[in-house]
Amino acid sequence: MTRKDAVIALLLTVLCAVMALASPQFLSVPNLQNVSRLVGTYGIFSIGVGFVIVTGGIDLSVGSMCALLGVLLSMMLVEWHWPATVALAAALIIGAGLGAAHGVLVTRLRLQPFIVTLCGLLLYRGAARYIARDSTKGFGTGEGFEWVRLLASGSLGGVPMPFVLLGIVAVAAWLLLHRSVFGRHLVAIGRNEEAARYAGIRTKAVVAWAYVISGALTAVSAIIIAFYTNSISPASHGNFYELYAIAAAVVGGCSLRGGEGSIAGIVMGAALLQVLRNLVNLLDIPGSLDFAVMGAVILLGAMADQIVAWRSRGAER
Amino acid sequence: MRAIAKRFPGVVALDRVDFEIARGEIVALVGENGAGKSTLMKIVAGVHRPDSGEIRLDGAAVTIDGPGGATRFGIAVIYQELEMIDTLDVAGNIFLGREPRRAGPLRLLDRGRMEQLATELLSRIGAAIAPRTSVSRLSTAQQQLVAIARALSVDARILILDEPTASLGSEDAERLFGVLHELRARGTAIVYISHRLAEIEIIADRAVVLRDGRNAGTLMRSEIRRDRLVQLMVGRTLESEYASRRAAPAPAGEPRRPRLQIDRVRTARYPRVEASLTVYRGEVLGIAGLIGAGRSELAEAVCGIGPRLSGRVLLDDVPLTIATPRDAIRNGICLVPEDRRGRGVIGAMSVRENITLPNLAAFARLGLVNRRAEAAAAREIAANLTVKATSIDVAVDTLSGGNQQKVVLGRWLALGPRAILFDEPTQGVDVGAKAEIHRLIRRLADEGAAVVLISSDLEEIVAECDRVAVMHDGRVTGVLDRPHCTPQSIMQLAVA
Repeated sequence: MTRKDAVIALLLTVLCAVMALASPQFLSVPNLQNVSRLVGTYGIFSIGVGFVIVTGGIDLSVGSMCALLGVLLSMMLVEWHWPATVALAAALIIGAGLGAAHGVLVTRLRLQPFIVTLCGLLLYRGAARYIARDSTKGFGTGEGFEWVRLLASGSLGGVPMPFVLLGIVAVAAWLLLHRSVFGRHLVAIGRNEEAARYAGIRTKAVVAWAYVISGALTAVSAIIIAFYTNSISPASHGNFYELYAIAAAVVGGCSLRGGEGSIAGIVMGAALLQVLRNLVNLLDIPGSLDFAVMGAVILLGAMADQIVAWRSRGAER
Repeated sequence: MRAIAKRFPGVVALDRVDFEIARGEIVALVGENGAGKSTLMKIVAGVHRPDSGEIRLDGAAVTIDGPGGATRFGIAVIYQELEMIDTLDVAGNIFLGREPRRAGPLRLLDRGRMEQLATELLSRIGAAIAPRTSVSRLSTAQQQLVAIARALSVDARILILDEPTASLGSEDAERLFGVLHELRARGTAIVYISHRLAEIEIIADRAVVLRDGRNAGTLMRSEIRRDRLVQLMVGRTLESEYASRRAAPAPAGEPRRPRLQIDRVRTARYPRVEASLTVYRGEVLGIAGLIGAGRSELAEAVCGIGPRLSGRVLLDDVPLTIATPRDAIRNGICLVPEDRRGRGVIGAMSVRENITLPNLAAFARLGLVNRRAEAAAAREIAANLTVKATSIDVAVDTLSGGNQQKVVLGRWLALGPRAILFDEPTQGVDVGAKAEIHRLIRRLADEGAAVVLISSDLEEIVAECDRVAVMHDGRVTGVLDRPHCTPQSIMQLAVA
């Protein structure tokens, strides 16, 4: 565990302890299930965006992609009556494909990741609204694909399925980022792309794959979210999700300059954000303040981290 | 300037150097790469502070405190890499940071006055450049004039030019000389740093030669001749000293087999010039030349890093397709690049991760790294190269320059390269590590690799290489065999 992982783990523990003391409801089973379901859902796409951030890039298209894939899923299943497996596979392929398009634009055309994915954010939102004719989509009673709904709202031994899925994704992502050749190359590129290229790493391909991972994991989350809400209004579905992902990654110790980041940190970062939202709920803070609370806590955390870093560097001198 | 001394960690850059210049004088400052010219001028410019010695200006001792201080004393420097802001226009660059303002509480920019002043300054040096032109649309020669106008705008009494003609054609260079004569006539003192000895013969009133951070001699106008400059630059004693060094290991009776052939390669820096070189098995071929001769560009073109506009690269007589560094590495051609921190090591990563970087897949199954095997291999290489680090898991950043270089070298050693190119491998490396790196270079050659050693350190070139190719302006001006390769003969070819 790195120093940063330890800090975020400590922060999360303290926050949970405070919550448990401040509100008896926090540790109730329904509340914990609810929070962990959200952590699972948000955590999966946050990990995806984390891969992109490790390369020194950014992915802003997550929320809009969720909306587009949600709308498409509903239409594939309800209107076109595709088999559920085919529809899910199609959603994953579209997500990965859009990610691949981002990757190609970033590495081959050398467009800035911010611009590419910002255009993605605008494009996919527009596409979702147009395809759905701006009307809310859902899955009705979901006859014929009940099992898919279980992925979103079901649970395994009391643990909500999205959290279980996050566990699987996190282990795979951990192996990929921290134990594989690909992950080592990814970090090397984030640290010093030029030196990585001199060492013979296929920097363009590696970076492009990070965007594919981000797109594919966004699709996984999009499936869960679509079935959990069962109501996809294309204009607002998934709004701000990209910012949750970036915040989770940054709180979790990723540097936006690239080259730094841990899967454990990102998962804990995603959890921290959801616990904060839960705090706003349980402590009867006006719901309109929930972004403000998140912003304030992240800012305080970042300031404290920086001050500690300065102090410890000063002590060495 | 009196007895100026400056040390950097591990090197004495300047050892009690004296330098003086009078009003209305053009003094050339000459020396090999690393002789201390730039350091001396950076001290005058306030970039570095001298460790000892004194600087007098019009008889009074002064302390130059940062670049701003130099400007206040009327000292202006025009660096080789012109520092221009591309997106601003000419007037904006001339007055950058000292823009004329309007009266009034907002102190808005006074564009009109700025352009008027810029026009005046430019016409004083006979440059027909409109002040509103964007700098990005100017030629290098024109940018140079803008830089001079900028120097004039601060009433520079001392103007320092670092390699001003490095990227100028001969016509532009002559125009520049005209401007400099003009300025001299008005009393400006001009320090002219250049490798082009022919220019110094033309323009300098005096030439001060530095060697290894010391004064090597001063030539007056009538004494400035190329052969005398070269002699002072490389020193008289070197010749006899090196003639006695070990002769090339002549493989008796065995015909030499070319390993790496660089065949009529053109690079982006010198698109009109072709360079060809042959390196034999078991040989260390040095490439000497002055900074900007196109040596690094040639090496990078061979290794798939920089663009290769035309020409072929052959390994053991087989032409290779090399478009990326990866292609080169797969064929067994490796590069130890000049910019160690920017392109060699990944500083924040560990010694282990740096050593195994190009070859990580060898320790992996199904894409997952076997960390024990990786660590064992890295540890063995680090020990083999005597990398001084407390553990192979410390960040490479924490190591000395020499040990960082060994890490880069270790990376390639594991691959068993067939040809390996070193670009200034011992720059900024302490003496002990330098010797070890030299030993490793020789070992690679003894194991049959073709080794190319690019170096600006003539001693290193003469001592470590079997043959020496000399480059100038992108061209190979000569290849010297052992008995003929002396600092003098190399320098003669290098200044062309």
